[in-house]
Amino acid sequence: MKRRDFIRKTAPAGIVFPALINGFTFKAYAESPLVSALTQAPTETDHVLVIVQLNGGNDGLNMVIPFDQYDNLANARSNIIIPKNKILKLNGTSFTGLHPSMTGLQKLFNDEKLQIIQSVGYPQPNFSHFRATDIWMTASDSNQTLNSGWAGRYLNEEYSNFPIGYPNSVMPDPLAIQIGSFVSPAMQGPAVNMGMAISDPVNFYNLINGIQGTAPNTRGGKELTYIRQIAQQTQQYGNVIKAAAAKVTKQSSYPTGNSLADQLKIVARLIAGGLKTRIYMVSIGGFDTHSLQVNANATETGNHANLLQRVSEGIKAFMDDLKFLNSEKRVIGMTFSEFGRRIKSNSSGGTDHGAAAPLFVFGHYAQNDVLGASPVIPITTGTSDNIPMQYDFRSVYASILKQWFCVPDTTLENVMLKNFQSLQVIKKTAPCISSNPEIINANAGKNIISNYPNPFQTSTTISYETFGGHALIQVFNTEGKLIKTLVDMEMNAGTHKVTFENEGYLPGVYYARLQNNNIQQIRTMLLVR
Amino acid sequence: MDRRKFIRSLKSEIKANPVVYRTSSGLRKYSPILENAGIHHLLKRTLFGVNKKDIDMLNGKGINEALDLLLTASPEPLPPVNNYNDSNFTDPNVPAGQTWVKAVYDGNANGRRISSFKSWWTGLMLHQETSIHEKMVLFWHNHFATETVDINDARYIYKHNALLRTHALGNFKQLVKEISLDPAMLRYLNGYLNNKNSPDENYARELQELFTLGKGPKSNYTESDVKAAAKVLTGYTVNATTISSSFDPNRHDTSNKQFSSFYKNAVINGQTGTNGALEMDQLLNMIFQQEEVALYICRRLYRFFVYYEIDEATETNVIAPLAQTFRNSNYEIKPVLRALFSSEHFFDPLNRACMIKSPVDFCVGLCREYNILFPIATDYVNQYYMHDYIRTQASNMQQNLGDPPSVAGWSAYYQEPQFHELWINADTLPRRNQFSDIMIGNGYTRNGKKINIDILTFADSLSDPSDPNKLINDSLSIIYSIEVTQSVKDFLKSILLSGQSTDSYWTAAWLTYKSNTGIVVNRTIVLTRLQSMFKYLMNLPEYQLS
Repeated sequence: MKRRDFIRKTAPAGIVFPALINGFTFKAYAESPLVSALTQAPTETDHVLVIVQLNGGNDGLNMVIPFDQYDNLANARSNIIIPKNKILKLNGTSFTGLHPSMTGLQKLFNDEKLQIIQSVGYPQPNFSHFRATDIWMTASDSNQTLNSGWAGRYLNEEYSNFPIGYPNSVMPDPLAIQIGSFVSPAMQGPAVNMGMAISDPVNFYNLINGIQGTAPNTRGGKELTYIRQIAQQTQQYGNVIKAAAAKVTKQSSYPTGNSLADQLKIVARLIAGGLKTRIYMVSIGGFDTHSLQVNANATETGNHANLLQRVSEGIKAFMDDLKFLNSEKRVIGMTFSEFGRRIKSNSSGGTDHGAAAPLFVFGHYAQNDVLGASPVIPITTGTSDNIPMQYDFRSVYASILKQWFCVPDTTLENVMLKNFQSLQVIKKTAPCISSNPEIINANAGKNIISNYPNPFQTSTTISYETFGGHALIQVFNTEGKLIKTLVDMEMNAGTHKVTFENEGYLPGVYYARLQNNNIQQIRTMLLVR
Repeated sequence: MDRRKFIRSLKSEIKANPVVYRTSSGLRKYSPILENAGIHHLLKRTLFGVNKKDIDMLNGKGINEALDLLLTASPEPLPPVNNYNDSNFTDPNVPAGQTWVKAVYDGNANGRRISSFKSWWTGLMLHQETSIHEKMVLFWHNHFATETVDINDARYIYKHNALLRTHALGNFKQLVKEISLDPAMLRYLNGYLNNKNSPDENYARELQELFTLGKGPKSNYTESDVKAAAKVLTGYTVNATTISSSFDPNRHDTSNKQFSSFYKNAVINGQTGTNGALEMDQLLNMIFQQEEVALYICRRLYRFFVYYEIDEATETNVIAPLAQTFRNSNYEIKPVLRALFSSEHFFDPLNRACMIKSPVDFCVGLCREYNILFPIATDYVNQYYMHDYIRTQASNMQQNLGDPPSVAGWSAYYQEPQFHELWINADTLPRRNQFSDIMIGNGYTRNGKKINIDILTFADSLSDPSDPNKLINDSLSIIYSIEVTQSVKDFLKSILLSGQSTDSYWTAAWLTYKSNTGIVVNRTIVLTRLQSMFKYLMNLPEYQLS
């Protein structure tokens, strides 16, 4: 029987399955030639990725604020705009600032441990929380349904027979841990889920301290307690988690009343305790700010400010703790939310579901820059206008896998299912940097894509410069919809031209996006009658 | 580690359980109006799992009417068929799809017939009516335990099972007599070897120790009573062609049989000729005069249907009056069940959700709760395969239908002090989780046929699946017995809502799916979330309780 058939026939169980293998049932498998196939060793690395999910669709425009677009932005969202003088400045950039409540992340940026990636999204954005979340978790195209998650596919490449033969001496620990929820679909592998969940911090402390949840003082309660005791014994990773937690007796301080900080504190403890677990996921909810996003009389305060403060303080405390625990260099983190929010605010002091948004990459080895230009805010905005994407979110995943987990290109295609642009997200001084060609900073002020005439009526000619290799030119409308792919091919270095025809499009702003290896740039085009 | 060592090591790790509330409620009749939770409790204990059809059957019925239905014997099923011809083997005596129960013995077919029998039986449970009948068959199988590996002839095994089935809700004394003459039992406990020259005490011992009197403190039969009973039971033989038993006077011990003071020094006078067979009736009459018989059977029923612990209050308020009912009705089974299942004690909140599901209850119950569809009867090959898969799961969880560990039945029903807790250990609990994970996920596929939980159809059958709160409450009321806290419900909802806090997002997703169920992406959105939630629900320890 093939391995996959075998797994399919035995168990699509995530966490419970290895207990069988490690325990009583393993004998039966030991006779099988399958077990000998387990010896393929995973890539040697002690690197860890921590993914911070912001549930609900975070308003990126009030988090990473473009000074260079401020006036237009203030025009579009006058009731929620953050006062310019309150915006936190960042070293080395005059274009980009942070929400006033994010002093922690400001410090990280200025300490060269934070990267901001502008306008991350995907073509044809979906505005449903559920569907958009699934797209981010599975790394699918907008119109594609995948049954596995991107992190699960990566872990499946690395630990190719999981869960058969796990845990073992090479990988004694969970491959991935989700804290604060059930096992994320991102960790779903092609056949089994590769992750385990610690559904909430209380469970974690109960687990490491051997405490049971409460049960009623009835016969049913007595039996429930008994089954829970057995369940705890069968948590096959319970012991390694306990042992890792026990090695860390002191951590630096974390903010209180901050669920994200609570989760990250556990992650730091497990990392410093020596778990070889590669991926952790934590989450914080409440970003679905349709109304009362800010306090009307002081827009730098309110619900969204509180959420961002938790994110900023949680991540800052986590980084400080990792440094205190001497594990700082092992960890890279990233934030994401299923979508950003509209450019224009609504009349209830909030914002509706949007498209592309900035995200953070943090860590000692995080590339310290603002990647990409500020999103272009038109002078006038409609209620359904969105930020066009500059970077595909899958490029961020692919770049982290390649630069942080040393995943070779061929494997990367199996994981990401396509070839995505590589972005510089990890400092080149990190131990596992790939041999990319020299990075050309697309923010250097040079226009590598332009169009003429602009505005245009029937057609406009786009001129662009490439540096060899694959080039892609896409045209999006202001809602983020992909209107046309004009170029998608390998081409020689040099200057090229392509024509964009008006095929009956509505008048308005269109964005032409050039992508050439790790460079991209967006050109704003105006179609008039 | 062997099982016993394992259990010992486990016990030493388990702290003494705190004293729990006891109940002094007795057999007084429970309120005639059954509330929803009461209906669920009654159904979960008398059936394997509960589904909406069962609940609808009882809705609006009073306790008497409900029990009229539940205590109705199901019609005699069609016998098992040849599902087992394949490229390696064709039964020369039984055409495919025809029954083998009266065919000649065939050493090559026998193993396949035994598997066929087990699949057939599992199927009867999976497709049971809203009646206690199937659970009583399992009760009697555990009580009059036999092992197919010992009997090793599928025809005997089927006949024995049919006997349990016929009398499952009938008269216990009559059942004991039939069991004493049952070819399978005569074979299993060597009754057919018991003769005047070399008495075999095996059946005579178990008849008293396991089948009628038990080993309670007031069951004081002696070793000499075992020997005397063995002499009474000499002379029975089995005809391997007709699968029937008969009495052979030439093998019967015609001496007088002297019993101990426990039996008031009774003597059963030796009879000659065919009259020797009458001694069995005298023996059974003597045994059934002991009050301990009814007490013992009522304790066994109690442990099977209510809870394993029998304290003094329960012995006085429940077991004793039940046993009185049993004797008063001359060992008719139904009046006892009716008294038990209509009692305040049975419906006492302290006796709800405290049964650890047996493996068969767990596996069959899961399939029934979600209305998992099996191949139809005319597709008997695939149908039996699928039944066999369910049977195998329960077997892996340590309850192999037809093959209990010994004549004492499964230890969960007698082994002090853990009883039902023995079902759950570090090996079996992950297997239970694994099974529910498979069924809520891709399911089990064989021969191009698949069984799994159709969670969308299940959700659709609930009162209002578009409301996440109602969806969760309705689901819990069907698949859970124990109440869960609001924080658990909140967590379940967070799965449905992908961590969002707005209920209407689920509502919109569900209604979008319902507006055109053929659109894959909309279907996937609700399907994956429901699967995640139900997977989680069935992995929680609470799901093990009935």
